[in-house]
Amino acid sequence: MSTPRKQVHLAAHFPGVNNTTVWSDPQAGSHIEFSSFRHLAQTAERGLFDFFFLAEGLRLREQNGEIYDLDVVGRPDTFTVLSALAAITDRLGLAGTVSSTFNEPYEVARQFATLDHLSAGRAAWNVVTSWDAFTGENFRRGGYLPQEERYSRAQHFLDAAFALFDTWDGDEVLADRAGGEFLSRPDVGTFSHHDQHFAIDGAFSTPRSPQGRPVIFQAGDSDEGREFAAATADAIFTRHATYDAGRAFYADVKGRLAAHGRRPEQLVVLPAATFVLGDTDAEAEEIAQQVRLQQVSGATAIKLAEQLWNTDLSDLDPDGPPPSFDPVVGENTIAKGRASVRMHKDPVATAREWRAKAEAEHLSLRELIVETTNRQTFVGTASTVAQAIDDHVQADVCDGYILVPHITPGGLDRFVDEVVPLLQERGVFRTAYEGATLREHLGLGAAPRVMRSDVSTGALS
Amino acid sequence: MTRPLHLAVALDGAGWHPSAWRLPTARPTELLTAGYWVDLARRAEEGLLDLVTFEDAFALQSTSTTGPDHRTDRVRGRLDAVLVAARVAPLTQHVGLVPTATVTHTEPFHVSKAIATLDYVSEGRGGWRPQVSARPEEVALFGRREVWGDPFVDDEATRALVRDLFEEAGDAVEVVRRLWDSWEDGAEIRDVASGRFVDRDQLHYVDFEGRFFSVRGPSITPRPPQGQPVVVALAHAEVPRAFAARSADVVLITPADNASATAQVAEIVAVRRDAGRTGVDHVFGELVVLLDDDQARADERWAQLEAWSGEPFTSDAEVFVGTPQGLADLLLARAEAGLTGFRLRPAALPQDLDAIVDGLVPELQRRGAFRTAYEAGTLRDRLGLERPANRYATGGTR
Ligand SMILES: Cc1cc2nc3c(=O)[nH]c(=O)nc-3n(C[C@H](O)[C@H](O)[C@H](O)COP(=O)(O)O)c2cc1C
Repeated sequence: MSTPRKQVHLAAHFPGVNNTTVWSDPQAGSHIEFSSFRHLAQTAERGLFDFFFLAEGLRLREQNGEIYDLDVVGRPDTFTVLSALAAITDRLGLAGTVSSTFNEPYEVARQFATLDHLSAGRAAWNVVTSWDAFTGENFRRGGYLPQEERYSRAQHFLDAAFALFDTWDGDEVLADRAGGEFLSRPDVGTFSHHDQHFAIDGAFSTPRSPQGRPVIFQAGDSDEGREFAAATADAIFTRHATYDAGRAFYADVKGRLAAHGRRPEQLVVLPAATFVLGDTDAEAEEIAQQVRLQQVSGATAIKLAEQLWNTDLSDLDPDGPPPSFDPVVGENTIAKGRASVRMHKDPVATAREWRAKAEAEHLSLRELIVETTNRQTFVGTASTVAQAIDDHVQADVCDGYILVPHITPGGLDRFVDEVVPLLQERGVFRTAYEGATLREHLGLGAAPRVMRSDVSTGALS
Repeated sequence: MTRPLHLAVALDGAGWHPSAWRLPTARPTELLTAGYWVDLARRAEEGLLDLVTFEDAFALQSTSTTGPDHRTDRVRGRLDAVLVAARVAPLTQHVGLVPTATVTHTEPFHVSKAIATLDYVSEGRGGWRPQVSARPEEVALFGRREVWGDPFVDDEATRALVRDLFEEAGDAVEVVRRLWDSWEDGAEIRDVASGRFVDRDQLHYVDFEGRFFSVRGPSITPRPPQGQPVVVALAHAEVPRAFAARSADVVLITPADNASATAQVAEIVAVRRDAGRTGVDHVFGELVVLLDDDQARADERWAQLEAWSGEPFTSDAEVFVGTPQGLADLLLARAEAGLTGFRLRPAALPQDLDAIVDGLVPELQRRGAFRTAYEAGTLRDRLGLERPANRYATGGTR
């Protein structure tokens, strides 16, 4: 008798505004028309995926004081597009990134409660803590949050939102026509939340939603970010997708849960992953190489190098050697509005490593950047990729993947047609949706609830 | 020949009469489900209506002007209107979708991209009804401003507050409109030769600096299909009238008779002229309507609603209780005052929406005063509004 195999979770990321996306491919469609969102979401649902995922950016990125124009620029509003997608899908979870810095808890709680109602229990919120003053210039509150306060605000923001989600029990609407009573009690929605970030009072206007609260995602990599996830999140979106880095990350975050009184299965670990499929492994490798060159043009190589060297390299020849000097270190980064601005922890050491690599392997700057920024996780035939995904999940590299296709919106089609059936054959992927809500797809139990102070809990303890 | 009217319907809860949820035709347990709103919007589309609006506010519904009323006999609880409109969009094809989004506590940057996205998901049928949140309890929901008193008290301090709120609303609409224009229509160039996805010369900082906030831009969302989604604003008093006249494409007014309609239209035209606004615009009249096949049945249903409610219905808008024929007479008479259309607030949903679609619309069509089919096009096209030129476009860009 064999033990049941760990099940793979899969989600689809609508490719965003970085150089993963190959917009120059003749097959690439619009990144803004609704038809593209419809296609990807319906493909993901056809593949029985857990959810569809949208990232967020609140200011157009700049580099060297100019709007960055080489990658996809422009995206829709997260809530609005997810709500529209709820109309043309039935089971697919709808996950959106929404910053806890440039929003207020009452408004966001209302939007997520609404999305959960309108999707019959499929909403998820990826809480990000972008903090920079550059982004803050687009907001009436202006300014920004000191970097060290961002997770404190995020935690209190969530505490406030959770309190709001739980103000209604869910059984208050009687709509008793004969008796004339619409509600069962007069104080519905009443809340009062006071902490160092928020002092809010009143009545929450949106009754309890099907999931109670949206599924909570965290994406952020610092120690604080991981603690925040361990304490609060249902799932974590990470960039650690490779075997060793993934296993280390997985062990680390799952290991943090006990201290918060939680069990390992209460946090689903989902790295972002890219893939390239071919009829043979060799063909896939060949296509992958083409894709990398499309992703990193000479001009893009210069821009990416500028992000590490933190200086204007526009005079450099991308087909020549990398810069012979060390990066400029300092607070003022040449790139603005990118989540990866602080990606290189020790730029001088990284640059030296890169130079050594270029010299040893005779790489031009562009080739070097292709090598060092390569994010292709799975390359091969459908069967190679299915096996690799299964192996990684069984080895606790992660619990599944958020797939980032490099072509919009058709980049997931072949995966769903070819890889999903193989995962099903291996017995590691569902053959039909069993649950209705996203919490059910992810194997999460009922959402925890905030105890209302006016409800006696004596009988329960 | 009669000039054809434009018709909008205001959707809110179980209808505008507070007892409407008790009618046998009401669907009071479905007010938070998508199906309810989809059915209403599709019904409006069967009636060939120009647009539907979705009411909203941050605070829980209340009869008190300063806080929750803790009443259990009325509909309480609602959904975010922008999301409701977006949820309906892919399941409808023609009707304009105009949600309310308040401006007092929101970020214009977020509102701008949300309405632009509504315009994308509806393929050019998006609109926005900006509304101030004057209630002190809404201030407390955000905890960011000084809480103020009862906004309906008539003293100088309150009048000053109301003026500020509407001045801020004017700034908010201005910022949102600038953000919609912050991308030129051709900004996405996908120039494979140079590797550029956008032409950064066609993206613009809006650099708004005002008394209440500043916003840099550009938007993260490209210019929406209509260029500028249709802005609809309610103007039921002097200060909001000045705001709406300056800021909206469609101004909603609440006249009690033809004389006051004529006066209000003139006032709006004057404000618009002073503000240098040109082009075709609309002034719609607002009416609460309860319709039935004959007057007696309509009166009876109204009396039943009033009896359930236990207090007389009050509204800023005129109330019409009668037959579709009677309403058609009234609308055509009111239109003489210069109104180009009407936004009807059904007393009970879906019943009075059904009566509008099945009774009023055919009656107006018989009189040559309403369209008999949708023509292809955006909400702007339907309203005869031009697609606005982009204020930042320099003309001969590449
Ligand atoms: C996989 C991943 C995806 C992210 N997506 C977004 C995003 O869509 N929008 C955003 O503003 N930040 C995004 N971030 C940034 C983080 O949420 C976070 O704000 C930032 O990394 C700072 O937190 P940290 O120091 O804990 O990493 C993402 C981060 C990761 C790791």
